[in-house]
Amino acid sequence: MNIPDHLRYLESHEWIEPGGTEAKVGISDHAQEVLTDVVYVELPEVGKTVSAGDPVAVVESVKAASDIYAPVAGEIVAVNSALQEDPAVINTDPYGAGWFFAIKPTDAAELDSLLSAEEYRAKLS
Amino acid sequence: MSENTEDLKRSPLHDRHVALGARLVPFAGWEMPVQYEGILREHRAVRESCGVFDISHMGEITVRSTEGTKAAAAYLNHLLTNDASVLKPGQGQYTLMLNERGGVIDDLILYRTRTDGFFLVVNASKLSEDLIWLEQEADSYYTVRIEDHSAGYGALAVQGPKSQAIYEKVAKRLPGSPALPPRNGIIKVVAEGDEDNPTPIRICRTGYTGEDGFEFFCPAAQTPAWFDAFLEAGAVPCGLGARDTLRLEKCYPLNGSDLDGYHTPLEAGLKPFVKMGKDEFLGHDALKVQLTKGLPSKLSAICVTGKAPPPRTGYAVVDPETKEPIGELSSGSLSPSLGTGIGLAYLPLEKSAPGTEVCLDIRGRLFPAVVSKKPFI
Repeated sequence: MNIPDHLRYLESHEWIEPGGTEAKVGISDHAQEVLTDVVYVELPEVGKTVSAGDPVAVVESVKAASDIYAPVAGEIVAVNSALQEDPAVINTDPYGAGWFFAIKPTDAAELDSLLSAEEYRAKLS
Repeated sequence: MSENTEDLKRSPLHDRHVALGARLVPFAGWEMPVQYEGILREHRAVRESCGVFDISHMGEITVRSTEGTKAAAAYLNHLLTNDASVLKPGQGQYTLMLNERGGVIDDLILYRTRTDGFFLVVNASKLSEDLIWLEQEADSYYTVRIEDHSAGYGALAVQGPKSQAIYEKVAKRLPGSPALPPRNGIIKVVAEGDEDNPTPIRICRTGYTGEDGFEFFCPAAQTPAWFDAFLEAGAVPCGLGARDTLRLEKCYPLNGSDLDGYHTPLEAGLKPFVKMGKDEFLGHDALKVQLTKGLPSKLSAICVTGKAPPPRTGYAVVDPETKEPIGELSSGSLSPSLGTGIGLAYLPLEKSAPGTEVCLDIRGRLFPAVVSKKPFI
């Protein structure tokens, strides 16, 4: 299972990239495997202000739709609109080309309270 | 319906599914594979090559009469909508069992075997209900013998344009290497000395995918070996997920979703399988009323016209002008073959003509769609 060390994670299987003012968010390798073939993605509007835990995007496989939650409070500053044409990259490259949106955290310290790679790995085992 | 995993029945192929990394889900009281490598891949395998499905959950019933086939056919004709009396030995037909309101209890395939009466293949979820109706109606046909062989049988559906070639490789292992029966046909394969086996191998040229293919019924204990043989011959293991997208593209109804106790087979578009001219059958009078007064609704094929989330069961179908709901999807999915959303819904007759514009309400947003001709592909 691929769980990069530099990312933070939610129990609901989202990842967020710490360290900048535009933190990219996506879903983990484990999540894409559980979802199976992603066929549709609904992304939030740029400029939207969200609270931690808000459902902000939807990812759909042939069989099911799942919400994607905002890992921290902040403003949506970018979305990966390429996903709408090719949602399958979420399966092939969940930590790279498969990112969903970028968020500008209201409080960057909030990321520290999320799961580390090691803690997330422990949750999965 | 909540189903605890420990209460679920397991297919004779359970260990194979686990070894192949299948995702197992509860389905009609069974723990069955929804997919192995992925629904899209499995769907494509069946449309372009060949897939093999575990259908061991399905029910197998034999019906015969001590007075011969004619008496058994008369009894079945009283219970089922199609005409059992036209079947020649070795032929099968799609047929339905109705309640008094004309609603559907089950849809099934009825085969007339060459030697011993009739063989019925029914939905797993309806097996016990089917048996109750069959036995109840047999009271007035006292020569009829009904036997449920579901526990003794395992079953595989081998489907796709290459299914015949794959069959021919595997058939070498069958006693007498028999040829496949013609479309809708059935053969029985019996090894010498095994004539009294209550669950002989039966091979039927039928399926639920719209592709050429066959269904292979064999003693439960033999199922893993035959499954291995079909895989070895090149069939791709496929789960219920692909089975659902394949059948939906062909507009084959799924009982419990597109068929229920409230809509008649006439509303479901299954009139060719309802023979009003034969002697009366259960539900006949309700259908007659519909034929006189007109159908209240029609199971319609709906195709999303733009970019939209995949349609799903339960989504409302909305009139684009009044914004009022006119029905709801009884089935819905992305069509892997077309790359667009498709679904089925009972719509009022005046909204059911192909070309009628409708909308789907998906999470509060309306997406344009159109009533299409059946099947989608």
